Amino acid sequence: MQDKRVSFKGLWLPAALLAPQLAITAVFFLWPASQAIYQSVLRQDAFGLSVKFVGLENFADLIVDPSYLNSVKVTLVFSAATTVLAMGLALLFAVAADRVLRGATVYKTLVIWPYAVAPVLAGVLWWLMFNPTIGVLAYALSYLGMDWNHLLSGSHAMTLIVVAAAWKQISYNFVFFIAGLQSIPRSMLEAGAIDGAGPVKRFFTITLPLLSPTTFFLIVVNLVYAFFDTFGIVHATTTGGPGQATNILVYKVYSDGFIGLNLGSSAAQSVILMVFVMVLTVIQFRYIERRVHY
Amino acid sequence: MASVTLSDVGKIYPGGVEAVKSIDLEIADGSLCVLVGPSGCGKSTLLRMVAGLETVTGGTVSIDGAPVNDREPAERDIAMVFQNYALYPHMSVYDNMAYGLRNRGTAKPEIDRKVREAARLLAIEPMLQRKPRQLSGGQRQRVAMGRAIVRDPKVFLFDEPLSNLDAKLRVQMRIELKRLQQRLGTTSIYVTHDQLEAMTLADLLVVMNGGEIEQIGTAMEVYERPQTTFVASFIGSPPMNLVPAAVADGVLRLTDSAAQVTLPADRRGLSGAVIVGVRPEDLRIDGGSETGGAETLAFPVTVTGVEPIGAESLLHSQTESGADVTVRLPGYAVHAAGAAMTLAAPAGKLHLFSADTGRRL
Repeated sequence: MQDKRVSFKGLWLPAALLAPQLAITAVFFLWPASQAIYQSVLRQDAFGLSVKFVGLENFADLIVDPSYLNSVKVTLVFSAATTVLAMGLALLFAVAADRVLRGATVYKTLVIWPYAVAPVLAGVLWWLMFNPTIGVLAYALSYLGMDWNHLLSGSHAMTLIVVAAAWKQISYNFVFFIAGLQSIPRSMLEAGAIDGAGPVKRFFTITLPLLSPTTFFLIVVNLVYAFFDTFGIVHATTTGGPGQATNILVYKVYSDGFIGLNLGSSAAQSVILMVFVMVLTVIQFRYIERRVHY
Repeated sequence: MASVTLSDVGKIYPGGVEAVKSIDLEIADGSLCVLVGPSGCGKSTLLRMVAGLETVTGGTVSIDGAPVNDREPAERDIAMVFQNYALYPHMSVYDNMAYGLRNRGTAKPEIDRKVREAARLLAIEPMLQRKPRQLSGGQRQRVAMGRAIVRDPKVFLFDEPLSNLDAKLRVQMRIELKRLQQRLGTTSIYVTHDQLEAMTLADLLVVMNGGEIEQIGTAMEVYERPQTTFVASFIGSPPMNLVPAAVADGVLRLTDSAAQVTLPADRRGLSGAVIVGVRPEDLRIDGGSETGGAETLAFPVTVTGVEPIGAESLLHSQTESGADVTVRLPGYAVHAAGAAMTLAAPAGKLHLFSADTGRRL
């Protein structure tokens, strides 16, 4: 490997070059994060008139709070479903696109488009289509004998946000999967064909193992996406309801903090989420980037 | 063990490109047939049609007398060695070799026996548990060979298997490959663009150009009696010299030159424009005592350069009509560029080709 490092003589130039990035990190990450940690050990009264130090009590309250535990469960279901759906469909489309010779560019462009749609809009889009009164999909489902109503049914609401969240993420996964597929030499699959493996067997014994670095990378990215970036979708469609059926952790941080005005608990929840994303990042760098190669 | 028969085999790609035109070829059981030609001559396409990796758009491919056009690659009982080896990077050497057997439902002890036997034959036993990326180029090449022989197929197909190796290893693997093929006695088709590799390996040499077969024969037949100017200039290193000339009344005269020679009795019937071919080793520098005419063609040239390559030197020169002529000289020869000299070749060593069709006369 070539050493691409540049040596600077003084301290001022490198410091100046790094300053904008460091400033952004400080203002938008370090400061709010430290505020969250600070707030997480405090408890305010409902009117914000008095504040007292409570240590880890906010955290202790959370782990026995049924609504928080429910939110954890909802988040796990939601993120697992979203990741599986988004990655499964993306892989399916990527495999299909990889086989297409004519019109491949148009096909790829169309699949990539949803990535440019903001989460809120993606949510609204699917919310309209699934709208029990005016939605096309709800109407179509009624023909299949299903009385669709995500305003009343928790599982319907969950399906709605999973579909909306996955739909947006498919594009991203698709781009990585197709790049991964195209880096597999054709001759390897041809060797598999000569070795007596049918298309399905080839896919599972050759293509999929060779895609494993891409797959693991995408699992982490998709989990992070489902945990954090889907706030807009939930906010625009179900707002956590009905009941608590779609109240994912990141939405609960918002609703407890800014609507319920329980700042201490909300801060404690965001600290937990912060720890979680740090763990994921460590896993990604420590294990995946280094160990998942064949 | 099987013969391979191609009758009227053609390939037209969807875009309309005709890669292979009406090939007829019979490869005897147990022989090694080499397809050689420049890039884009259709040799790889032809091989891939035998493998079943390309659809046949015309004619019939038969293995062991049975047409296989509609059979999947796996059903043809062939094994192929690819240019980039195409080893499965996530599997150990053992698993790479066992993969085909497992797919065919061979019993485990049987797989183990066959893999170890092939590994012993190729001297890769200590590497069975390694992954392909931990192997050198030559070792990967052996594993690719091992994957092919372990299944004991009817036909081996080789698609430029040695071209990714360095020159020294290539020579060594070439010899090993030939020995292995003779020992196993499996019918093989070998594609290469390297004429030296083709000459040394082939039982049957097939020279291809532009999707067609130029000549079929043993290596020495092709070398000694090239049927077209293309074969003459492709087989042999350095290639045969080709100089324009004309024949009249049994006498051959080089274009734009006074040099002439009386043709042997069996060739006197010819007349008109020809291309005369002469191998670099059949030429010598004329001392001046002979002037040509009866039995020897002597013609003046201008030296353009000398390449010493150890045991011999290659003298490059140009005739009066501007044709390039190379001479193979023993030892280390020194001739200044620009020097004038006379080259001579015995009339019996001259190859004559039609100036119109390029075919041998």
